[in-house]
Amino acid sequence: MIELIDIHKSFGSAEVLRGINLSISAGEVVCIIGPSGSGKSTLLRCINFLEQPTSGTILIEGEKAYYDHVGAVLKARPEKDIAHVRRKLGMVFQDFALFPHLSAIGNVIEGQIYGLGIPRVEALQRASMMLERVGLAGHGDHYPAELSGGQKQRVAIARSLALSPKAMLFDEPTSALDPELVGEVLDVMKNLSGDGMTMVIVTHEMAFAREVADRVVFVDRGKIVEEGSPESVFDNPQNERTQTFLARIMRRS
Amino acid sequence: MELLNLDVVREYGGALLQGLAITVVLTLIVITIALVLAIPVALIRMSPIFLLRTIGSIYVEVIRGTPLLLQLAYIYYVMPGFGLNLDPLSAAILGLSLNYTAYMSEVYRGGILAVPKHQWEAAATVGMTKAVAFYRIILPQALRIVTPTLGNYFISLFKDTALASVVTVQELTFTGQIISARSYQYFTVYTVTGILYLSVGYPAALFVRWLEKRADSSYRRKKPG
Repeated sequence: MIELIDIHKSFGSAEVLRGINLSISAGEVVCIIGPSGSGKSTLLRCINFLEQPTSGTILIEGEKAYYDHVGAVLKARPEKDIAHVRRKLGMVFQDFALFPHLSAIGNVIEGQIYGLGIPRVEALQRASMMLERVGLAGHGDHYPAELSGGQKQRVAIARSLALSPKAMLFDEPTSALDPELVGEVLDVMKNLSGDGMTMVIVTHEMAFAREVADRVVFVDRGKIVEEGSPESVFDNPQNERTQTFLARIMRRS
Repeated sequence: MELLNLDVVREYGGALLQGLAITVVLTLIVITIALVLAIPVALIRMSPIFLLRTIGSIYVEVIRGTPLLLQLAYIYYVMPGFGLNLDPLSAAILGLSLNYTAYMSEVYRGGILAVPKHQWEAAATVGMTKAVAFYRIILPQALRIVTPTLGNYFISLFKDTALASVVTVQELTFTGQIISARSYQYFTVYTVTGILYLSVGYPAALFVRWLEKRADSSYRRKKPG
């Protein structure tokens, strides 16, 4: 479904990703963990081309996506082609990134109408279904400023789901939430994984990762240092840096 | 010092009101043009294409670095030498529009840049192209941000139209000048002129304040009742 081949990414002279190889199959839930600044968010953002890699190849559903290799240079494809691939990938941001000038239902229909070209009536129906799915059936007319953090993030999830994505990308979806609101968002994500959604999740919620992930990927200093089942990574980490990181996390909680 | 000479008011009141009408019409025409044209100019100033960006910058800096009075005089008195013959009102509309478009494009640019980058990204992830994202997501938020500043430009333009008198547009100030020179009733004529400006300018300022207050509140449902 998603394949990253030898992805490098530099910001100026700083190399943030140093050769990432990652393959995610349909229906799989992959949690990416690692220290802050390790490049895990950049890695996620490369998948839907919010960041353009410096080198390497991205395959979405088996096809080369977003750009072509012209010699050593990566040449971005026309906007329409990029948008076409992006529609297959939902994205949930740490800070929600809801459209503040639109109501909850407005947020959920916006992409359907102006991204996919779905007729308004149909978009509204679908939006109601999606808000119900994230437990916000009665909140369609609320504006983001009137919602709690947990509710905002669930609207953001509904906004992505409404586009029928093939996979969902989550960039630290609970990091900006008050602790008591984390659960409601994680519950929605658990249901999604139960429905067979392909998910890539950058997270600090280790208990959640253990429960939901099919595979845990530990990223440090721009490289995948260790990956495997949650049990193997959490209970029996092989790499020294994974061990240090987990020890620090566990001590805190 | 004498009190208002009512005979003068009676004799020239009509002419002054006519001047006020021209001032108001001139303001409305120019503000409409500038409000619209300043958006593309702001976008040109932010264009990824260097040449476009440079042309935009030159335009804005030339306008900002020279007096409006000179710009108006230049259009009306110098441009005919290059084959551009404009009547006074057209010259004033062109000059004021060029000037206010430049300033207001800077306001729009600031407003567009003030919308968080994640809004562009979120729009991209729900399948929008950049143009659609700008129109549907960025611009509405930017407009809310720039409303108070643009409102002040509107008030300021209303008064700046007085400069159209240098290109002989018969707006309120020019009319006042002619009448006071003819009647020697400087106190009466200029006082009435000032009152006429205030009679439109003050309500306009109240309107702008109301707009500001509306723009200041965050996006919420309309409270019933």
